[in-house]
Amino acid sequence: MGLVTPAIGLVFWMLVTFTLLLVILKKFAWKPILSSIKEREETIENALSMAEKAKEDMARLQGENQALLAEARQERDSMMREAKEIKEKIISDAKGMADEEAKKLIARANDEINKQKFAAMEELKKEVASFSVQIAEKLVAAKLEDNAAQQALIANHLSDLTKNPSATA
Amino acid sequence: MSFVKISLLTMLATFFAVAASANTENEHVAVAEQTSEVKHESTAGNVGEADKHDDSHKKSGKFDAGKMILEHIADAHDWHLWGEGHNTVSISLPVIIYTSSKGITIFSSSKFEHGHAAFDGFRLDEEGHIVWVDKTNLDKIYDISLTKNVVAMLIAVLTLCILIITMANSYVKRKGKAPKGIHNLIEPLILMIRDDVARPSIGQKTDKFMPLLLTVFFFIFINNIFGLIPIFPGGANVTGNIAVTMVLAVVIFLTVNLNGNKYYWKHIFMPDVPVWMYIIIIPIEILGVILKPFVLMLRLFANITAGHIIILGFFSLIFIFGAMNPAGGIGVSPLSVAFTVLMGLLEMLVAFLQAFVFTLLSAIYIGMAVEEHHH
Repeated sequence: MGLVTPAIGLVFWMLVTFTLLLVILKKFAWKPILSSIKEREETIENALSMAEKAKEDMARLQGENQALLAEARQERDSMMREAKEIKEKIISDAKGMADEEAKKLIARANDEINKQKFAAMEELKKEVASFSVQIAEKLVAAKLEDNAAQQALIANHLSDLTKNPSATA
Repeated sequence: MSFVKISLLTMLATFFAVAASANTENEHVAVAEQTSEVKHESTAGNVGEADKHDDSHKKSGKFDAGKMILEHIADAHDWHLWGEGHNTVSISLPVIIYTSSKGITIFSSSKFEHGHAAFDGFRLDEEGHIVWVDKTNLDKIYDISLTKNVVAMLIAVLTLCILIITMANSYVKRKGKAPKGIHNLIEPLILMIRDDVARPSIGQKTDKFMPLLLTVFFFIFINNIFGLIPIFPGGANVTGNIAVTMVLAVVIFLTVNLNGNKYYWKHIFMPDVPVWMYIIIIPIEILGVILKPFVLMLRLFANITAGHIIILGFFSLIFIFGAMNPAGGIGVSPLSVAFTVLMGLLEMLVAFLQAFVFTLLSAIYIGMAVEEHHH
C-alpha cells in the first residue's frame, strides 16, 4: 500500500528541512522571542510590584501626615490653653498685688490719719486746756483767790472731756 | 479517534472505488471536455509535447473518483494544476536520483512525459515510482527528487521562517514596548504553547524544550493550513504523508529517550512491581516507548489524509452523478459545494487541533521522561 509506505526521498528532505527549520528558528526566532516575552513579563511584574509598593508608601506617608497633623493640632491646642492660663494667672496676680498694695496704702493712710488725729487731739487737748485756763482765768480771775482749787476743778472737767471725745469734737 | 478516522478513510475509499468502477460502462460526459480549451503547458518549458502523448490517455475521460483522490493525496514528481490527459497543466519538478552505478542523476520530471517516456534508463511505474526500464537491473534506486510534497513543504517552511523571523526582529526593534501588528498574530500561539502545553506537562525544564515544541507546532500548523488551500502553492498533502509524520515522530522519540532521566529508565526496566511480573511489564513498557511516537505519527497522518479524502469525495460526487446524467451533476453540485465548505471549515479546526494535539502529547511524553520523582 503506497499510502502508508514512507518514501525515502521525502524522509530525507523532511529530515533536512525540519532540522534546518529547527536550527534557524531556534537561533533567529525562538530565542529572541522567548527572552523578550520573559523580559517583558518581568518588567510588567516589576512595574506592578513597584506600583503596589508606591501605593503602600503613599498610604504610610498619608498616615504619618495625619498623625503629624493631629499632633500639631494637639500641641497648638495645649499652647493656647497654656497661654490662656498664663494670661489669667498674670491678670489675677496683678489684681492680687494691686489689692495688697491698695490695702497697704490704705492701712498706712489709716495709721497716718490715726497718728495725725492723735497728735491733733493732743494738741487740741493742750489748746483746749490752755484755752480753758485762759477762759477760766478770764471768767473767774477776779473772783477766785484760791487758784489751786480752781485748777483741780478744771482738770477734772477736762478729763471728763477726753473720756467723752464726741462731746468735745 | 484516529482508528475511527482510518476506518472512515477506508470505507470512503472503497465506496468511491466501487462507485467509480460502476461508472466505467457509461458513456463519458466528463471533465476533460470542460477543460478542453486549456493548453498544455509546463513551467519547465516543454510546451507542445502534448502531441507525443499516446492514445491511451483518451480513455481517462471516464471519471474514476477513487483514483483521482488517491492521486491527489499521494506524492508526485510533477505538480498537477488542472486539466486531464492532453490538456494537463502541471509544473514539472526536478528529479534527483542516486544509484550506485550512475551516482547522482538530476533531470526535469517533464522528461517522463507523465509516465509515457523513459529517460536515461529510468521510467515511472503505474504508482508514479521511478524504476529501471531494464527490469533485470537490481541496482537500488534512491529517489530523493524534489517532489510535490517536498516543494510544498519548502514553500510552507519558507513562509513560516519569514513570518516568525519578521516577528522576532520586530521584538528586538520594539524592545520594551507593547506588542503590535504581527506580534498579536503569533504571540498568543507561542504563549499558549508555553503556558498551557509545555509548562503543565514539563514543569521546570520547559525552557529547554520550548524551541522544539514551537517548531513542531508551527511546522504542522502551517503545513495543515497550506494543505487546505486548493490551488498552488497549497493543496499538497504534506502532513498527511506518512514520511513527514514519521520524521516528526522520530524527532520526538529521540528527544524523549535522549533526555530520559534515571527515573524514566527505572520505570521501564525496574518498575515497582513484584519481580516475577517483569516478564510481562518490561515488554509492555518497551512497547509503550515505541508505541507513543508511533501513534503520534499515525494520528496526524490519518486525520489530515482523511480530511483531504472527504473534501475530494464531496467534489467527486458532482462528477459521479454528472457521469450518469449531466442534470444529476448540476443538481448535486450545490449540496456538494455546501458540504465541502462545511468540511473546509471543520478541517481548519482540525488543522489547528492536530498541531495542538501533536505538540501537547509530545510535551507530555517529554515531561514523563524528565520528571523528577521524590519518593
